[in-house]
Amino acid sequence: MKLHEYQAKDIFADAGIPIPESQLATNVDEAVSAAESIGYPVAIKAQVHVGGRGKAGGIKIASDEEEARQYADDVLGMDLKGYTVEQVLVEAGVDFTNELYVGVTMDRGEGKPVAMVSTEGGVNIEEVAEENPDAIAREHIDPAFGLHPYQARKTVYDAGVDQSVARGVSSILTTLYDLYEERDASDIEINPVMITSDGDVVAADAVMNIDDDALFRQPDLAEMEEETYEDELEKKAGEYGFDYVRLDGNVGIIGNGAGLVMTTLDLVDYYGGKPANFLDIGGGAKAERVTNALDMVFSDENVDAVVFNIFGGITRGDEVAKGINEALESFDEIPKKVVVRLAGTNAEEGMEILNTDLVEVEETLEDAVQRAVENAQEASQ
Amino acid sequence: MSILVDDDTRVVVQGITGGEGKFHTGQMEEYGTNVVAGAVPGKGGQEVDGIPVYDTVDEAVREENADASVIFVPPAFAADAIFEALDTDLDLAVAITEGIPTQDMAKVNKRLSEVDTRLIGPNCPGIITPGEAKLGILPGNIFADGNVGLVSRSGTLTYQVVDNLTSRGIGQTTAIGIGGDPIIGTDFVDALSLFEEDDETDAVVMCGEIGGEDEEEAAAFIDEQMDTPVAGFIAGRTAPPGKRMGHAGAIVSGSGTGTAESKINALNDAGVPVGDTPEEVADAIESFL
Repeated sequence: MKLHEYQAKDIFADAGIPIPESQLATNVDEAVSAAESIGYPVAIKAQVHVGGRGKAGGIKIASDEEEARQYADDVLGMDLKGYTVEQVLVEAGVDFTNELYVGVTMDRGEGKPVAMVSTEGGVNIEEVAEENPDAIAREHIDPAFGLHPYQARKTVYDAGVDQSVARGVSSILTTLYDLYEERDASDIEINPVMITSDGDVVAADAVMNIDDDALFRQPDLAEMEEETYEDELEKKAGEYGFDYVRLDGNVGIIGNGAGLVMTTLDLVDYYGGKPANFLDIGGGAKAERVTNALDMVFSDENVDAVVFNIFGGITRGDEVAKGINEALESFDEIPKKVVVRLAGTNAEEGMEILNTDLVEVEETLEDAVQRAVENAQEASQ
Repeated sequence: MSILVDDDTRVVVQGITGGEGKFHTGQMEEYGTNVVAGAVPGKGGQEVDGIPVYDTVDEAVREENADASVIFVPPAFAADAIFEALDTDLDLAVAITEGIPTQDMAKVNKRLSEVDTRLIGPNCPGIITPGEAKLGILPGNIFADGNVGLVSRSGTLTYQVVDNLTSRGIGQTTAIGIGGDPIIGTDFVDALSLFEEDDETDAVVMCGEIGGEDEEEAAAFIDEQMDTPVAGFIAGRTAPPGKRMGHAGAIVSGSGTGTAESKINALNDAGVPVGDTPEEVADAIESFL
């Protein structure tokens, strides 16, 4: 899960990382009064879960009340890459001479956390990583020991950070790693750390993403989770607890296991169709879950035909067949043609139960996908 | 005949008293696996379907000479269960559990480098030597004894490809599901090198997916160090960048690495045919035999 900048900054501040004075505002008047109390210039920053807010117009610098009112009005309610801005952080403008990047993330190739520092902060760090990887100093961390202070210093020196602020930046990096570990972060970043004209360091942004699998031991962070979905269908998938991704095709796909569902998508594409979604019902799904999955794909108005691909291991074919029957029997007229392919655990029992008046059945994955692609083509004509 | 497990393997089930643990212990025994003990803290002295349960893995190993463990322990306690397995002299630990925090696995990964025990998983279907033993949740009936090795990041995709092989009479030496998480124990290169050393394995199927760079590393290994022919499959060609497709690991960063295309290219460059469909993978394997 992602934390908002203001939430991450609260956590950073509690841990002793210097941040600019700021206040959260949900309407223009609040934003203006926050700006007045902080003093100009202020940054007005959209609090939404998207990257590149600045470029997209979600961060503006106001130098007086008139601008504060105008910019708060501009940013609040704006659509930022599909998300509506409902709150802004009003933050003291920082008079800076330099911008750094400081972050900690997991290097999955090494299986170890990695600390990163770069003097090319304030810009898209992914681009820097791509175009000039040497501009980012990296240090792998033994998770059994954590980040030793000497490693933090080494990373900062390797990055070429100015001697006068090296101690302050090292301290920020050490604190970031401690937070990364304590709070089960998957990524934790400050871009930029600003070096002020007085020679101080201050975190002008804050990114903190938490490992969803670890939320059980971070209950206070789990409470901050906001359900943000790109559309109604993804919201529904969240309620049903499905792994679901909406795509722009017309062949609805339901299957079990991420690898097999992705393969089904790939085969739809291979046979000339376009997948409408990724929907993994997961392992051991019972009849109700299957019914919910069909409800999901039928609710997608772009779907012209459906393929149901189950290879049972933990999941049982008879349970799946029962779910398909129950879902389809509730309709007077089934809205889209459904092709079913059942294999693996209890597939034979499933095939006996399955009401073949309601669905088409194919024995192999390839045949099932081709049939569904043909159905979609016919239905869309 | 097999790598890592066979009908001599003596298995302890960690979490044998839980729903999953109990059910799959029954399935494993039915398949012929020699399950000799369970290990569950606080449940020592009990029995599950005639199998003695011990409080610790250490005790199960000492009392029953167990040499492999299968872990069906909920995610919050799973890393601890893996550490416990790694602190005995087991040869093998198989972690089925899905949803273990990544930082826990980083610590496990560190410990792995210090011990002799091999870890498979987590978040995996396990390992099977057809006709002899299975450690995990794989459906035994689709496998057949034979001369093809299989290693895969995805459980259900493993079943699919095995089905394509078995239905045309091609059996397997051993099939290993290594799991789709960002940090796992045994990886492609480890499994491939075991198959390369196995005299009975005449060809290998490798099923990968988007995310990470393990398949690219495997391609380099195959190119430089393998004589046994390998055929591949990569799931996720149509996955949009930046979206998480089920598996924690199955996400494309958008920066060009970890995509299906880069993996397929790397494998092709190493002389590995990559099927567009599972059926084409079976075709390639058939042509090798």
